[in-house]
Amino acid sequence: MLTLAWVPARAADTGVPAPALRLLDGQGRQHDLAGLRGKVVYLDFWASWCGPCRQSFPWMNQLQQRHAKDGLAVVAVNLDTEAKDAATFLARYPASFSVLYDAAGASAKAWGVKAMPSSYLIDRQGAIRSRHIGFRPSSAAELDAQIAALLQTP
Amino acid sequence: MRICLLLSMTLLAGCATVQPWEKGHLAKPIMAFDPDPLTARQHKQIYTSKEAASGGQGVGTGGCGCN
Repeated sequence: MLTLAWVPARAADTGVPAPALRLLDGQGRQHDLAGLRGKVVYLDFWASWCGPCRQSFPWMNQLQQRHAKDGLAVVAVNLDTEAKDAATFLARYPASFSVLYDAAGASAKAWGVKAMPSSYLIDRQGAIRSRHIGFRPSSAAELDAQIAALLQTP
Repeated sequence: MRICLLLSMTLLAGCATVQPWEKGHLAKPIMAFDPDPLTARQHKQIYTSKEAASGGQGVGTGGCGCN
């Protein structure tokens, strides 16, 4: 019975091309992940009710500030079912990177998000290099190093 | 046969997989067993002392409500 009800999503794994991601931002403009080919992308799935997401936002702002010139794009996909929850969160923790909205959660399913927050590091060729589950300020330095190294590779 | 099918369909409807990104409602404080840990501890202290029973709740009391 349980197995019938449960349809496993194909997880986005490391080394494989990133699944398609086409979502709207707060202004209703469509963004396509494929349009960022040639850049290193830090893709983060978050929701307003997720505790570690609060800690990750200031760090992602810093990341965007420091590495935008090196060809890094930080993209955060909001998975709140209520748009106003996300707005309240963003008022408290402003984001200087692009925030896209997916209330239905279809993208999270396609990417095989296992926990909140989940982030994916995508290289310039559009392949997933690593995935991170959760966010701890203590492990941010390790992520920083990983991103810096990936920015060095063409 | 029909009843069996109906029952199994009802049971199936009860099995919903909550995806990690769908836990917004579950994350609300009102959904917690103990929304306020301090209040919960106080209630347990009063409960164990009033019931003249001690232990089993993780809260130390002697049954007299004095400790």
